[in-house]
Amino acid sequence: MRNPNSLAGGLLAAAVAAFAFGGPAVAFPDKPISYIIPFGPGGESDVTARHQQPFFKKMFGQDLVISYKPGGGGAVGWAQLNSLKGDGYTMMGVNLPHTVVQPLQKDVGYKTDDLVPIIYFHYTPDAIVVKADSPFKTLEDLVDFGKKSPGKLTFSGSAKASANHIAQIRFDKMAGIKSTYVAAKGTGESNQFLLGGQVLASWGYTSVGAQLGAQARMLAVAMDKRHPGFPNVPTFKELGYDLISGAYRGIAVPKTTPEPLRKQMSEMFIKVNKDPEFRKRLENDGMAVIDVDYAGMPAFIAEQKKVLTAVAKEAGIVK
Amino acid sequence: MLGIEYLVDALTPTHLLIALLGVVAGTVIGALPGLTATMAVAVLVPFTFSMPTASGLIMMGAIYTGAIYGGAYSAILLNTPGTPSAIATTFDGYPMAKRGDGDLAITIACIASVVGGLVGAAFLLGLSPPLAKVALAFGPVEYFWLAIFGLTLIASLSEANLVKGLAGGCLGLLLSCVGVAEVSADIRLTFGSQTLLGGIEVVGALIGLFCVPVLIDLVGTPERHLKVTGESRGFRLPEALAIAWRGKFNLLRSSLIGTFVGILPGAGGSIASLVSYSEARRASKRTERFGKGEPDGVQASESANNATVGGGFIPTLVLGIPGTPPDAVILGALLVQGVRTGPNLFTEHAAVVYTFIYGLFLATVLMLPMGLLIGRYAYRTIVTVPKAMLVPAVAFMTIIGTYAIRNSIADVVMMILLGVVGWVLNRFDFSPSPIVLGLILGSIAERGFVQAWVLGTATDNVAGMFFGRPISLLIIFFIALSLFYPLLARRWRLKQEAMRVE
Repeated sequence: MRNPNSLAGGLLAAAVAAFAFGGPAVAFPDKPISYIIPFGPGGESDVTARHQQPFFKKMFGQDLVISYKPGGGGAVGWAQLNSLKGDGYTMMGVNLPHTVVQPLQKDVGYKTDDLVPIIYFHYTPDAIVVKADSPFKTLEDLVDFGKKSPGKLTFSGSAKASANHIAQIRFDKMAGIKSTYVAAKGTGESNQFLLGGQVLASWGYTSVGAQLGAQARMLAVAMDKRHPGFPNVPTFKELGYDLISGAYRGIAVPKTTPEPLRKQMSEMFIKVNKDPEFRKRLENDGMAVIDVDYAGMPAFIAEQKKVLTAVAKEAGIVK
Repeated sequence: MLGIEYLVDALTPTHLLIALLGVVAGTVIGALPGLTATMAVAVLVPFTFSMPTASGLIMMGAIYTGAIYGGAYSAILLNTPGTPSAIATTFDGYPMAKRGDGDLAITIACIASVVGGLVGAAFLLGLSPPLAKVALAFGPVEYFWLAIFGLTLIASLSEANLVKGLAGGCLGLLLSCVGVAEVSADIRLTFGSQTLLGGIEVVGALIGLFCVPVLIDLVGTPERHLKVTGESRGFRLPEALAIAWRGKFNLLRSSLIGTFVGILPGAGGSIASLVSYSEARRASKRTERFGKGEPDGVQASESANNATVGGGFIPTLVLGIPGTPPDAVILGALLVQGVRTGPNLFTEHAAVVYTFIYGLFLATVLMLPMGLLIGRYAYRTIVTVPKAMLVPAVAFMTIIGTYAIRNSIADVVMMILLGVVGWVLNRFDFSPSPIVLGLILGSIAERGFVQAWVLGTATDNVAGMFFGRPISLLIIFFIALSLFYPLLARRWRLKQEAMRVE
């Protein structure tokens, strides 16, 4: 080796030239990406983002740096998303039904169409959860109680106008009962009330069923087919109630992010999504993985808007 | 029994190093106003992914412990709680620093924090499942009464200026209403502003109301910041230990209160330290000295808030419900590692859990030498640095810290605004603590009330809901006690004096 320094220098110059003339498609991502969660730490959005971190690092070599911007049920973050830089290094978690229902209710600082999601990668199906020692053994037990004592069937759930709340209102109509919904600060508090016996049951997600393990049972899940992690829990459909719903989670970017970058980011996260180990982890935690990419986004959002607007109107939470 | 076999696993050199680094990092971060324990833990979680589960947990626990202790530094030296759980430390810590006993206060805070942390960890080790059941017995109504209790404590602590204390508390309650309402999600007091939608952030308000007036005064007066005696007196450890021994019942009681309040998810270190401070004051023979630099006050507050660390892990590990915000982050990290929380955690994942708990003991014990060392440097720095450098440095840190909480410039603006308001109020003898406590407790009280009301009307038993439950009645009893005890005690004392005169 004649002069390692000059060889290294030459290589460095070549590399720099490659980056300088390479253009974004080649170099992206060349630094960590900021991943903002519009909720507090510890929730489903946070946990699934943390699941993505190691896979993203392994596949693309860069860190996802998670930070939090809670407030207004996510509204504070979404209202500010489009004021952030659209260079591909800033993105934010995005959720349904929140982003459809919130702007319909009142001025929350953004409109559904302002947001640019590039992927929806999982949803947590709604489920009715009861304590393990609850007298309700089947969904029918619960519905019978609801019919006999209107108002006395108490459910806890996370926040008002959330997936939990909407599911409670819809199911009440379908089953012809009148239950009482107690809005908790979040899933954590909702679980606390359930386990403490402050309420008789809880409208939660399949992920709650996974989280509470043997302390609780699910009476039914709002899915098309039974959840692979809970083969003994029937779906609402099987039991005669047409309820397929849940909270969807994805990633959105600022509006100013150019098209090619949006497509590229979408492909990257779809790749993470397709990893079998990643899917297994999410399913273990009770999530249902879906792969809605940037190309399929307009159709998906249009469908969701139609369904959720109708549901929200029916539930009386929007005019 | 008690997983003693895992004690050996916890005491490996690697774990020692991890715990050491964690405690040091946590203490430094906690000391900087605006940087909270939650932030410290959240930022460092990704590093723990590459570690084995138990080691990662030990690191997070050590950081958390250190951060809660570190909040005492700025509380004592700058009258700014580094974290909300150090609010009660300012009551006596800062007066002690002003009269030249800052080094003593820091050493006392260190010892108290270690004692509190050990007590909390001991309960976590031995009594987690039954204590978790106690936590579950607290429903919305109990949280409501607990928040009311906290608010009445504000009143009793402001004895000298009762009306002003209550006014401050009410202002705090009003501020807590800004933004999205608890439960009903109505938008209130935002005046159409997008930024106020997120409400008034507690830590920003804390820094604004406590720290900014201090900084303004520092700039406005020519004297030195804190009184300094001639030579350095080292750690003043013997003195501090004597005070700790004298106050051993106080330390124990406060640690128990801290552990117990820590078990209740969402209650927080601020309530714990406030309640123990108040109890310490009530039970002490030197009641009048509290608030003027009584070491027992610092001991009460610091042991309680570190006890919440161990206490908070109880619902987190047993129920999967985070006790405090840093617990939520740690819970998330546990889930990602595939560890299922729940009552079976102690049996299914015994290795991880017991190694972690012993690691927590380890970190707490290591906090003593480390805390003393760092404390000494902190004290020397603050005391010797000229004001011209101190004020800009602290101001800069507060801005960065406030911004870092929610990545929001609005929070920084709010901090400065509230700071100016706080300074003006200071000149009229309004203390900042009632305002901040009102801000913190307002949301807990409102949520508890609304939820309890909904449940009460659903079961057609509103009165029974609010006044019929055993734990609620106990809390109501304490409320009555804290409201009427000072009056009764004073009347009794006057009667005693009158009898003696005759």
